[in-house]
Amino acid sequence: MPIHVGSSEHHFHTISSPLSTQIPQAVGAAYALKQEGRDNVAMCFFGEGAASEGDFHAALNFAGTLEVPIVFFCRNNGYAISTPTHEQYRGDGIASRAVGYGMHAIRVDGNDMAAVYAATKAARELAISNSCPVLIEAMTYRVGHHSTSDDSSRYRSIDEIKKWKEDVDPISRFRNYLEKEGLWSQDEDTQLRSDERLEVLKALEAAETAGKPSLEEMFTDVFDEKPAHLVEQEEAMLAHIAKYPDKY
Amino acid sequence: MSLKRILTPLPAASAPLRRQAAAMSTAVTKMNLFTAVNDAMRIAMKTDDTAVVFGEDVAFGGVFRCSVGLREEFGNDRVFNTPLCEQGIAGFAIGYASMGKTAIAEIQFADYIFPAFDQIVNEAAKYRYRSGNEFDVGGLTFRTPCGAVGHGGHYHSQSPEAYFTMTPGLKVVMPRSPAEAKGLLLASIRDPNPVVFLEPKALYRTSVEEVPDGDYEIALGKADVMRTGADVTVVGWGGQLRVLEAACDMAEQERGISCELIDLRTLMPWDVETVEKSVNKTGRLIVSHEAPVTGGFAAEIATKITERCFLSLEAPIERVCGYDTPFPLIYEKYYVPDKLKCFEAIVKAAEY
Repeated sequence: MPIHVGSSEHHFHTISSPLSTQIPQAVGAAYALKQEGRDNVAMCFFGEGAASEGDFHAALNFAGTLEVPIVFFCRNNGYAISTPTHEQYRGDGIASRAVGYGMHAIRVDGNDMAAVYAATKAARELAISNSCPVLIEAMTYRVGHHSTSDDSSRYRSIDEIKKWKEDVDPISRFRNYLEKEGLWSQDEDTQLRSDERLEVLKALEAAETAGKPSLEEMFTDVFDEKPAHLVEQEEAMLAHIAKYPDKY
Repeated sequence: MSLKRILTPLPAASAPLRRQAAAMSTAVTKMNLFTAVNDAMRIAMKTDDTAVVFGEDVAFGGVFRCSVGLREEFGNDRVFNTPLCEQGIAGFAIGYASMGKTAIAEIQFADYIFPAFDQIVNEAAKYRYRSGNEFDVGGLTFRTPCGAVGHGGHYHSQSPEAYFTMTPGLKVVMPRSPAEAKGLLLASIRDPNPVVFLEPKALYRTSVEEVPDGDYEIALGKADVMRTGADVTVVGWGGQLRVLEAACDMAEQERGISCELIDLRTLMPWDVETVEKSVNKTGRLIVSHEAPVTGGFAAEIATKITERCFLSLEAPIERVCGYDTPFPLIYEKYYVPDKLKCFEAIVKAAEY
């Protein structure tokens, strides 16, 4: 699943599969930034479904009471797998919850690139200058299926998807705007798409030829160093594999 | 201030910590367990500017007085109350530690650690592994009071260590006394892995001993042979060691049975070598803990020692543990693995 990438160089924390666990963690990270007096915020992303988890509520309450520089960014895309928002909450979306936890909130058209940029910039400045949390709820629509294991036509109409895709696709909107302003052209668009496609194919090929990680990495990073019992288990596993080399 | 690491085990009978301290000409102060924990946290915060202490009610000193005076000394931003929410405490702690800082998070009672279980097991324990060492929460320590206290009932008496020992990526530590607690807590805070540090609450006031002044650590993953013996190996941790000491004394006095008593100190990773060496000598093993017997940590020790010492064993391994019921209120004295039950097990193994 592509959500599990992470990079310490890019300050992009690796997250897990259980939803919303990263939200209170982001509050702790924001506290660290505050302690250091840095000109930085913690930004935490999640969907409207994850905002039903207890960790979301824990996090917002902590962020408010501990006064941390954090921007909570909720992508409300209408569905959590097959569950529409009417079955996810009855209050006024996610933005209204912020008020309950004593923080600023803004609801923005999530399909408007410029609006999202403006809202995020303002939220970031507010969060840093006041050392306070801010919540952004970006309203959007999930055009695709939830995952490759999902067929969303089983719980929504094709017409509904079509309407959102044609009327408010955010990339088309932004491109139209740029073209109208004379900042972009059809030729540039074609070239960019071709260039990017090439980059993706190159990366895919590199990943495929890189092969699988070494078996020795299975027991590393459980702890900072391998304790005796892991050394023992690793030896047993490797001996077993060596005994049946064709079976694995 | 220099760090003194006291590494164990020492050859043959390991001297009590206070004698070690005396030999090193270190001053000692008589104190109880909560004062020793307090002292350890003070030293941790003095030597590490990033160290913060937080949890429910820690600001005024804590419900067991473990954090008394820390806020006055280190300030509001380093010692603070959180809202009443264990999953929040745990998540916040993980996030803070993920930034390379030291988080000392208190869960007010081990019985209430369960809302934080997902964060501890799915997040803290796996943080390094799942990110391929891009990130880690090595600076994270959870501290929580555990164990029977005479009147705790279902929700103020639990010993949940076994839930955490089965979680790869966590270290689990339980001290038996003030001097042990100070050294083990400092080691836990500084260990570059997340640690669950369980403090036997019955010992907070009643366990008193001379504790070395200054900064010292007791190595994690190393058991302490509290007394050497020839006939039966007895293994425990935390508050249970006081019970086991009394049982060993009774076995010696009434039956002339010589017991070798071992405090595991760290449950994950546990010191298999020390216990193995002992059981190869004695051929008999008792393991005792308050937590329920089925699936409790004694099961792991018994199995591992059976694997390692099968040919040396002269008797089945005995477990003296809590029964498989919720920790009872009115029945506590019947429930706990007390001195007499432990004595019976020692005799049974010795006479098998």
